[in-house]
Amino acid sequence: MLQGINLACVRGDRRLFKAVNFTLEAGGLMQVHGPNGSGKTSLLRMLCGLSNPVLGEITWRGASIRDLKGEYFSELTYIGHLSGTKDDLTVLENLRISSALAGEHISETQARDALAYMGLNGRELLPAKVLSQGQRRRVALARLLVCKTKLWILDEPLAALDITAVKLIQELLERHLAEKGLVVMTTHQAIDVAAISTVHLRLV
Amino acid sequence: MFFWIIQRDLLLAVRRRSDVLTTLFFFVIVVSLFPLSVGPEMNLLRTMAPGIVWVAALLASMLSLGRLFSSDYSDGTLEQMLLSPQSLSILVLGKALAHWLVTGMPLVVMAPVLGIQYDLPADALFVLVVSLLLGTPVLSLIGAIGAALTLGLRGGGVLVSLLVLPLYIPVLIFGAGAVEANMAGISYDAHLSLLGAFLLVSLVLAPWAIAASLRVSLE
Repeated sequence: MLQGINLACVRGDRRLFKAVNFTLEAGGLMQVHGPNGSGKTSLLRMLCGLSNPVLGEITWRGASIRDLKGEYFSELTYIGHLSGTKDDLTVLENLRISSALAGEHISETQARDALAYMGLNGRELLPAKVLSQGQRRRVALARLLVCKTKLWILDEPLAALDITAVKLIQELLERHLAEKGLVVMTTHQAIDVAAISTVHLRLV
Repeated sequence: MFFWIIQRDLLLAVRRRSDVLTTLFFFVIVVSLFPLSVGPEMNLLRTMAPGIVWVAALLASMLSLGRLFSSDYSDGTLEQMLLSPQSLSILVLGKALAHWLVTGMPLVVMAPVLGIQYDLPADALFVLVVSLLLGTPVLSLIGAIGAALTLGLRGGGVLVSLLVLPLYIPVLIFGAGAVEANMAGISYDAHLSLLGAFLLVSLVLAPWAIAASLRVSLE
C-alpha cells in the first residue's frame, strides 16, 4: 500500500541516505532504525509529504502522494518531534482542535474518553503549558485514539513516556495493526509490537 | 474547518491579551505623539492627520506579523495544518482573517477617537474609518505572505519589513488619499473603489501565495 522507491535525501551538501526501498502492506509495521542524524526524521517527513525526496517516489495505493495530496492527508496521522499542542489552550481544547484540523470533529465526551484512556484523567481543563513533557506527549498521542486514519507515521512516539504509557501505546499500535492499519515509526527504545508483517529499515 | 481555525486563533488571542494590546497601544501612542510634538496648529494637524494615522496603522500591523505563524511553527501545529486534508489556502485565509480581527479591527475602532486629536471633521473621520476598514485586511493578507516567507529565519523581523512595507505603499497612498480628498472637498469614491479592488485581489491571491510560502518554509 505504502511504497518507497529508490528514495534519496540531501540536507545542505550532505547526503543523508540514498536508494531506500520498502513496501508496506495493510497491517504492516515499519520500524526505522539508525543513529542520530542518519535521516530518520527526514524520511518520515518525506513520507508525510512535508518535504520532497531529491530522488525517487513515494506511492500510496499505487498513486504518487504528490498527486493525491488531500486524499492522502485524510488517511494519514503524523505525530512528530513537536507535540503540536498549544501552551495557552487546555488539554481538552488541544485535542478537539487538533482533531478538527485533521478533519475529524469529535464531541467533548469522545475527547474526554480518549484523554482518560491516555491517563490524563482530571487534567482535561489544565492549560498545556503546565504539563510535563511526557504528559504533552500523551495529549499528542491521544489523537491516535480519535482519528480514524489508516496510516500512522510516528516520530519517536515513546520519547519521554513512562513504562505504563509505553504499554498503552504498544496496545494501541497492536490494535491498529490488527485492524489492517499501517504504522511507520522510529524509536530508540526496544518495543515489541506484534504485527502481521514487520519491516526493519536501517539507515546508516 | 475555516471557522475552527478562526475560533482557535481568537481563543488564543483572548488567552494572551498582551499581544493584542501591544499593537493597539503602539498605534494609539504613535498617533498621539504627533500633536504633542508638532504643537496645537489646527490647520497643520488636519493636513497631516490622514497620513499619520495610516502610517501608524501600517507600522502597528507590521509589529504583530512576526507572531502570525512563528508560535504555530515552533510548537508543531503548523506542520499539522500542512497535513490537514482541508486546503491549506482556506486555513491560512482563516488565520489571516483572525489576525485582522485581533490587530486590524481594534485600529479601525480606535481611529475616529484618535482623529479627534487632529480636529478632523465628522465626515473625514467617517471616510478614515471606511478606508481603514477596506485597507487593514489587505495589510494582514500581504503581511502574512511576508511572515510565511521569512518563517524560521534569523532576523526575520527586519526582512519582513523590507519585503512587506513596499507592498503596503499603494494601500497607504489610496487610504490616506481618500481622507485628503474628502477634506479637499473632492470625490473620494475612486480611492475607496481602488482600496476595495486591492482587498478583492489580495483575498483571492494572497491565501494561495501564503500557502505556497509556508510549504517552502517548512520543507
